Amino acid sequence: MKLNGAEILINCLKKEGVKHIFGYPGGAVLHIYDALDSQEDITHILVRHEQGAAHAADGYARTSGKPGVVLVTSGPGITNAVTGIATANMDSIPMVVISGQVPSPLIGNDAFQEVDAVGITRSCVKHNFLIKDISEVAITVKKAFHIATTGRPGPVVIDIPKDVTINQMELEEYPETIKMRSYKPTTKASNRQIKKAAELIANSQRPILYSGGGSVIGNASKELREFTRLLGFPITQTLMGLGAYPGTDQLSIGMLGMHGTYEANMAMHDSDCVVAIGARFDDRITGNLEKFCPSAKFIHIDIDPSQISKNVVADIPIVGQTKQVLQALIEELKDAKLVDISKWWSQINTWRGVDSLAYKKKSGVIKPQTVIEMLYEVTKGEAIVTSDVGQHQMWAAQYYLFDEPRRWINSGGLGTMGFGLPAAMGAKIAMPDRDVVCVTGEGSIQMMLQELSTMLQYNTPVKIVNLNNRYLGMVRQWQEFFYEKRYAMSYMDALPDFVKLAESYGHLGILVENEKDLKPALIEALKQKDRTVFVDVITDPNENVFPMIPAGGAHCDMLLSGRDEMVSKDETDFNAV
Amino acid sequence: MRHIISVVIENETGALSRVSGLFSQRGFNIESLTVAQTNDPSLSRMTIVSTGNDRVLEQIVKQLNKLIEVVKVSDLTSQDHIERDLMLVKICPTKKDNFDLKQLVDVFSCKIVDVTDKTYTIEISGKTKKLNAFLDTFDPASILEVSRTGVTGISRGKKLI
Repeated sequence: MKLNGAEILINCLKKEGVKHIFGYPGGAVLHIYDALDSQEDITHILVRHEQGAAHAADGYARTSGKPGVVLVTSGPGITNAVTGIATANMDSIPMVVISGQVPSPLIGNDAFQEVDAVGITRSCVKHNFLIKDISEVAITVKKAFHIATTGRPGPVVIDIPKDVTINQMELEEYPETIKMRSYKPTTKASNRQIKKAAELIANSQRPILYSGGGSVIGNASKELREFTRLLGFPITQTLMGLGAYPGTDQLSIGMLGMHGTYEANMAMHDSDCVVAIGARFDDRITGNLEKFCPSAKFIHIDIDPSQISKNVVADIPIVGQTKQVLQALIEELKDAKLVDISKWWSQINTWRGVDSLAYKKKSGVIKPQTVIEMLYEVTKGEAIVTSDVGQHQMWAAQYYLFDEPRRWINSGGLGTMGFGLPAAMGAKIAMPDRDVVCVTGEGSIQMMLQELSTMLQYNTPVKIVNLNNRYLGMVRQWQEFFYEKRYAMSYMDALPDFVKLAESYGHLGILVENEKDLKPALIEALKQKDRTVFVDVITDPNENVFPMIPAGGAHCDMLLSGRDEMVSKDETDFNAV
Repeated sequence: MRHIISVVIENETGALSRVSGLFSQRGFNIESLTVAQTNDPSLSRMTIVSTGNDRVLEQIVKQLNKLIEVVKVSDLTSQDHIERDLMLVKICPTKKDNFDLKQLVDVFSCKIVDVTDKTYTIEISGKTKKLNAFLDTFDPASILEVSRTGVTGISRGKKLI
C-alpha cells in the first residue's frame, strides 16, 4: 500500500504510542493536518499560540513521564515555539516537535514563511533533524523519540518540508529498535565509583543529600526514599526536584538555594559530604562558588557527564541513571556501619528552630504565603501545581509541600513567564482525574492568556490562583534591595478585570480581596470539577520572598523575613544576576 | 594551554555548524578548525585547536561528546602525535629581503609552486611554529597574501582515535 509522507508520519506517531498532539496548523503542515483528520487514535489540541503548544506538551510530559508532542507550521510557527522548546531543554523534558518547512526546492530562497528551523533551534534542543526524503520519515521519527526519551531527556525537532509530506512510497515496517553508533547514553555506573562513594558516605560526620530534577525525571523517587531512610541523612531538594522525597517527612529539610530554607542552606555550608543526586549545581543553588560548601567532599551522580565538574569539581563522579545508581548504593550500604550523626541532626534542628519561613500577617492585606498555605490545606497537598515565574513561584515552592514527584511543574532552568497556564492545561490532559492548580501572578498570566480559550474548547478544568500584587514582584523586590527602590517598569498599570476576562472566555471568575473570603473561594473553585475557575487574589504588594541569599553571597549569608533594608556589600554583588 | 582536539562526526549537513555553534555558545575559543571526509565517506574528521585550562578542556570534550552526531573525541595533545599545518604564501620580495629565496626554500624544505615576473607562491607545511618562523624571515611588506589550512593531526604509532 502506498502512503504519502504525512500519513507515514502519523502512522509512526501511533506506533510510538502518541495519544495527544499540541499544535497549530499552517500552510506547510496542511498535508499532515489532513492525515490527522482521518484517524481517531491521536487527539489534536488546537492551541491559540505555538508557545502555548510547546508549554502544554511540556506540562503533559512532566506529569505523565511520556514525551510531549508538538506540531507547528514553518516560519512563525516554529519561531513562536522556540521559547517553549528552550524551556523544555533547560529542564531536560522529553519532547518531539514536528515543524513544517517550505517545499524542498524553495529552501534557501527566502520563501513565504521560511526560516532555518534547524539553525534557529540548534542551540536549544537535544537534537534536530531536517528530513530530505520521504524514505527518511520513519527512521527519523524513531531516532527522535529514542533521543528525546533516553539518557538525559530533552526536546528534539523534526523539520519536514511540505513536498516530503505529499510524496508517496510503499509503507515499510516501523523499526522496533534503533542503534546509533554516535549516540549511546551511559546507563550503568562504574562499580568502583559506587564503592568509593559508599565508603565516603559511611564515614561522613555531617552528610547531606542534595537531590534535583534528575530524581524526578529519572523516576528514582522510590529509590531515593529507601536510600535516605536507610542512611537517616538530612535531604534537601532543588526547585526542580521537589516531591521526589516527601516534603512533609522529618528527614526533609526543605528546598535549598537562593530562596531555600535556613536549615538547608546552613547544612550545605557546614556539610563534610554532599551527595548530589541528579542535580547540576546551578547558580541559583550555589550562590558564590568560591564560598560554596567550604568543607565538603562532593559525590556527584548524574546521567549527563558534562554536568559533572562543570561548576563544582566532584571528588567522586558517578555517571549513570539516578535510579540504578541509588539501587547500587543501597545494596552497597545496606549492612554498612555508619558514623553516628546525632550531633549533626541536633545542629540542624537548632537551625530548623529559626523557622525561616515564618512571616508576619498584617490586617487588611492578604499575604501571598497565606494563599499558598490555604491552597495546600484545601487540596490536602494532593493537587498537581503548575506555576509561572517570579515571587509566586518561590512561595508555591516554599509553602506547598509536595509528597510525590511530578506534582510540582515549573520552569526552573529557563524561568519562562507564561509557562504555568498552558502547562496546567497539558497536565490536566495527561491526568484528567487529578486537581490541577496553576499558581500565577498578574504579570506572568498575561503572557499566555489566550490559552484560556483552548481550555474551554477541550474542557480542561484547571484552577488558576492569581497572586495579584500589581507588581512584577521579583523585579520589584530586586529593585527595592539593589536599586535604591527605583521601581523602573515593575508596576503593572492598567490591569484587566480578571473576573470579567475569565467570564468572557467562558470560565468562572472569583475576586478575593479579604482574607476571610479566601478559603471559601478556593473551596468553591475546587468544587467546580468541570469548569476552569480563575481566582484573582489581591495580595500585599510589598511582600518579599525570604529567606534570600543575595547574589554573590554564601549559603551562610541569609536574609530572613522581617529585615527590610539590605545594602549590597560591593560591586560584585551588584553585578551578579 | 593549547590543545588539538580530533573529532570524528557523522558526515551530514549541519554537522560543522553544530560543532562551531557549540564553541561560540559556550564561549570556548577556536584557534583553527579543519574538516574533511575520512576514508569512510559516512564520517568526517575535524581537528580543532583551542586554548583553555584543564577544566575548560574537560568541558569541551564532554560537550563535544554530548552532540548526538559525534562518534569520537580525542585530545591529541595528551598523547604522542603528529601535527601539520599547510600554508600557501604569495610574496613579492623587497629590497629589505636580502636573501636567496632558493636557499630559504631549502632551509624550510618547502616548494615554490608558482612564479610570475613580480611574485612567488610558496607551499610550506609543518608545525604552526615553523610556518610562523618562515613568515618572520620576510619583510612584512613583501608578504602579499597568506592562506593556511589550520592544524590537522594524528596520533603516533598503532594507537587509533
